[in-house]
Amino acid sequence: MEILAAIAIMALGAVVLGAALGFASIKFKVEGDPLVEKIDAILPQTQCGQCGYPGCKPYAEAIANGEEINKCPPGGMEGVQRLADLLGREVKALDAEEKPKAVAIIDENTCIGCTLCIQACPVDAIVGAAKQLHIIIGQQCTGCELCLPPCPVECIRMETIAETIDTWKWKYPVVEIKPEMRQAADAKEAA
Amino acid sequence: MLLKLFKFHGGVKPPTHKTQSVGLPIAPAPLPSKLVVPLHQSIGGTPKPVVQVGERVLKGQLIGEADGWISSAVHAPTSGSVIEIGMHLQPHPSGLDALCVVIEPDGRDEWIAREPLDYRSLPPEQVREHLQRAGVVGLGGAVFPTHGKLTASRTVPMQELVINGAECEPFITCDDLLMRERAGDVIRGVGIFRDLLQPQKVLIGIEDNKPEAIAAMQAAVKAVGEDFAVIAVPTRYPAGGAKQLIRVLTGKEVPASKRSTDLGVQCFNVATAYTAWRAIAHGEPVISRLVTVTGNVDTPRNYEVLIGAPMDEVLALAGPQADTDGIVMGGPMMGFLVPDARVPVVKATNCLIAHSPKLFPAKAPEMPCIRCGSCAQACPHELQPFEMYWHARAKNFGKTQEFHIFDCIECGCCSFVCPSRIPLVQYFRFAKSEIWAREREKKAADTAKDRFEFKQLREEREKAEKAEKLAKAAAAQAARKAAEAAAAEAAGAEPGTSTPSATVDSEIDPKKAAIAAAMARAKTQREAAQPQNTELMTAEQQKEVAAIETRRQVLQTGETPASGSDPDAGPGTSPADAGAPSSPARS
Repeated sequence: MEILAAIAIMALGAVVLGAALGFASIKFKVEGDPLVEKIDAILPQTQCGQCGYPGCKPYAEAIANGEEINKCPPGGMEGVQRLADLLGREVKALDAEEKPKAVAIIDENTCIGCTLCIQACPVDAIVGAAKQLHIIIGQQCTGCELCLPPCPVECIRMETIAETIDTWKWKYPVVEIKPEMRQAADAKEAA
Repeated sequence: MLLKLFKFHGGVKPPTHKTQSVGLPIAPAPLPSKLVVPLHQSIGGTPKPVVQVGERVLKGQLIGEADGWISSAVHAPTSGSVIEIGMHLQPHPSGLDALCVVIEPDGRDEWIAREPLDYRSLPPEQVREHLQRAGVVGLGGAVFPTHGKLTASRTVPMQELVINGAECEPFITCDDLLMRERAGDVIRGVGIFRDLLQPQKVLIGIEDNKPEAIAAMQAAVKAVGEDFAVIAVPTRYPAGGAKQLIRVLTGKEVPASKRSTDLGVQCFNVATAYTAWRAIAHGEPVISRLVTVTGNVDTPRNYEVLIGAPMDEVLALAGPQADTDGIVMGGPMMGFLVPDARVPVVKATNCLIAHSPKLFPAKAPEMPCIRCGSCAQACPHELQPFEMYWHARAKNFGKTQEFHIFDCIECGCCSFVCPSRIPLVQYFRFAKSEIWAREREKKAADTAKDRFEFKQLREEREKAEKAEKLAKAAAAQAARKAAEAAAAEAAGAEPGTSTPSATVDSEIDPKKAAIAAAMARAKTQREAAQPQNTELMTAEQQKEVAAIETRRQVLQTGETPASGSDPDAGPGTSPADAGAPSSPARS
């Protein structure tokens, strides 16, 4: 009789806990993969496709599924480092060479107004209409270079963003080893 | 007047070196050979040039128009002609260029029409706009546009207006001399700020190592008939920091995340008050400022220098000694070596110190941090520089923010007391600019992401709309074709079963539907057209065709023909039946 009571209590407990867990899994369901979101936040959002994926989000999903973390040239070595920190993976050398940040510029004299670059731009940073001169909005341009190949007259060029006083950064303090000090040290050693 | 003074934490007492440059009165600096006036001289938007190359400008004429509310206008410091608008080296630690208007003086120093403004009869907004147009900015060193600080908080009543005449940094004496010689105008300028902000009391803080300035200011307050309190504050660096002076005079602490108006207090420099008065009462925009020229020179002195004058020409007035190897702009604690001696004097230039190895001996190399805590004891903001240093050095910027790196005012007390001679402030500046750069990048990435996602959404929507339109067109066409086919059927031909299936397909894919519709159309056409080649034949010919068709069917199937061609009816079938065998033959 006692054993039956014990079984009944355990069974009841299982049912109650199972119901609670089932309820929680519906009530507190996490939409989407938070890891993908975290990876996506590290990626530079240039949407350039240099990683071989059609945008940053697909690459983030691929990384979450085990893809290499060193395929994003705009993110640079720093991006690789941060991805490695997030995912607990090993830091690997970047798969391509790191380029300085650049913006695309349209040569007004050669642009024929074909609208092909407008369609290629992933962030709608190019304005223009058919047979009208196109212009790139510098602040919105991510420097992805996707507008270069479709241009039939090759009128788009990439220009590196120069450092201005507003964007200038203080450099990491470097300890200078001064020649006089070395001479002094040498003299001390000699003596 | 007795007032309880508060204390700020830490601070240092470096040798002041102030007595050298206070002996002589303020002297106007002669006209320089040319003036290079940078357009971006204050915090905020870069003013837009409003003059052209070759244009003649008058002294005080607007050359750069403020861009946005937090931005301040720039004016021609003397009459002459604009010879260039281009990039020139700036007095900035970066050693980078910025847009400047270069003016060649004509020597006549001809003013524009100056009109005094009766500010009391105007609404406060217009007074603020006038100050913006006159290029009045904070001359204490931060060059924040003054008009932007002259709006009281809506929720917190303005309690104290603090006027900063502390001038705590060694070597600098320009505010001291200004208060000694032009105290009246300073007090009248403070009166303008008082009228705009309506504080309960006005406190003027001056370090107690300037007794002459304190006496002059007290006399001026009496002469002008105001009730401002001129208070001597203990001499201790950085008592002249806005937050430190507010703390000493009011006991309030302003955190990095808040503005001082949120605590009912606002702070201005004495030189700012002076320029505000000149701008309002005399119509003179900010085209010159007092600069202390000192250090390794024969006769250290304060000069009234035009904005844009090359620093080497200003330094030459005081007679730099032979071993001078550079110019420090600002004081020894917070100043920096300018990248080139030819850079112009700007609104932020309060002091030029001739640098020599004798005056500023090279620092011994940095040694490891021994965590002695001296920097934390010296920090006027009660931060822990050794912890921030540790994380800044490791580029662990999140941690530096946890230790409140943005509360650091970069006063240099920690570097000054560090027994290991670690350039702590340089690490903090590095960390701060890295954090700002990252925030900029993050913002840019977020905008790019939003725009990319919007583009995708738009493309999908356009695709869906197009598909819908096509499907509708295809369905309409298919319906018409079905009707036609039905008509053709009525004409004698049997419509293929494909027509109704095309309408079903069209809901799935418009392209397929269109193809199916076209195929159905072709089929019905074929059906309608094919019987025609036998219709016009004679009865015998049709009979013959029917016979041939029957034979062909027999050969093809290898069996006896179906009912349509049974042997009885064979050659003798009526002409009316001739059409019937054609349909199985075709299928």
